[in-house]
Amino acid sequence: MATGKSKSARVARPARKTTLLIATRKGLWTLTGDATRRNFKIEGPNFLGNVVHHAMLDPRDGKTLLAAARTGHLGPTVFRSTDRGRTWKEAAAPPAFEPGSGRTVDHTFWLAPGHASEPGVWYAGTSPQGLFRSTDGGVTWSGVAGFNAHPNRKAWCGGDQDGTPDGPKLHSILIDPRDPKHMYIAMSSGGIFESTDRGADWKPLNHGVRADFLPDPNAEFGHDPHCLRLHPLLPDRLYHQNHCGIYRLDRPGDRWTDIGVSMPKSVGSIGFPMVLHPRDPDTLWVFPMDGTSVWPRVSPGGKPAAYRSVNGGKTWQRQATGLPKAQAWWTVKRQAMTADSAATVGVCFGTTSGEVWGSRDEGRAWKCLARNLPHIYAVEAC
Amino acid sequence: MQVRIPGLLRSYTNGAETVTLELSGEASLADVLGDLDDRFPGFKFRIVDEQGAMRPHIRFFLDGVQARDLATPAGRSAELMIVGALSGG
Repeated sequence: MATGKSKSARVARPARKTTLLIATRKGLWTLTGDATRRNFKIEGPNFLGNVVHHAMLDPRDGKTLLAAARTGHLGPTVFRSTDRGRTWKEAAAPPAFEPGSGRTVDHTFWLAPGHASEPGVWYAGTSPQGLFRSTDGGVTWSGVAGFNAHPNRKAWCGGDQDGTPDGPKLHSILIDPRDPKHMYIAMSSGGIFESTDRGADWKPLNHGVRADFLPDPNAEFGHDPHCLRLHPLLPDRLYHQNHCGIYRLDRPGDRWTDIGVSMPKSVGSIGFPMVLHPRDPDTLWVFPMDGTSVWPRVSPGGKPAAYRSVNGGKTWQRQATGLPKAQAWWTVKRQAMTADSAATVGVCFGTTSGEVWGSRDEGRAWKCLARNLPHIYAVEAC
Repeated sequence: MQVRIPGLLRSYTNGAETVTLELSGEASLADVLGDLDDRFPGFKFRIVDEQGAMRPHIRFFLDGVQARDLATPAGRSAELMIVGALSGG
């Protein structure tokens, strides 16, 4: 099996501090845990009053942070730090569509560091759906014409007014660790797409995925993936949480298998986030929400729980120890759940009600790490 | 021209509430915003989108009269007021 990863990536990291970047509707906070992951300290806010959709650390240098922000009045931008958040500076040219294209970026939704062999390269996904690249560490951004100007883009995505309630989004920008030219993206709505030429051209990759909301439930595109993940040690293993189920795909196959069918019927298989175990490609977590009737987007029955599979989605176990047992009407957004790389993996998530929950034992027990924050959009461990 | 800067943009002007610009008599509102962006990089994109349209919750007043188009003549105005419009409860 080709992995494209160094041996060090396959082993658990020694105990050390864990920092969570908490991006919220009202700013950015950090939550830092000691080596035991029992004691956490919250710091912030940065960018108070800004809607921060995502913040990411560059794993290639361990010190560059990017944060995607906008306010109710002001247009979208990207802030950069090259000292792990001590100081910040605005991007000189944030993601923006080409003048004359008629399209405008409402907000940058997703930030993704590029391939390990390409320091300084970042990708951004926007609402409405656009793909952007920076080659200078996020200082300046340019549209990826192979996607933004693709003749089929509008057919794939629909109009800029279509899509999810907070605007249609391009997210889950994944780079194959074996090949920087091999990329995946996901769009709500639009579906999952693959490029083998660094984004110059794209093909839909949605066979087997249901689209119950379309006239043709087996359409080639137009699906609503919520979160797409690629396992870093087994890059041919893809999972995704969809509007219509949970799916797995082992390349070079091109037909997704619905692994959500083994979820309890009373809970269903709809949710936003998905997290993979950093070393075991068969272990993953999802956080279901109520997608019935008018799509309440809350925990089913007001009883939040993560579900974990340790066999690639054949079976799922409910993990709710420590979480509220009733009357907890929050959920977890697609970027708001993450895992660390400790020997016993820590899993954390942030809620729409402004709480951060963490497990230091792979989801067996949960503890509230912070509360009273604004609506949480993203949680990333670094 | 005196430009009155709203609180939400003062991070660009080092906290200054007003900025003084020297303009030609032919300058348009777009020219004024271009000058401001030269002086305070990034300023313009937060209030005018990449297609050259005013952002939805931003208003411009030249000598107290709302300018609805960036082509509006501005070079002979004494004051530009930039407003983050009331757009919520």
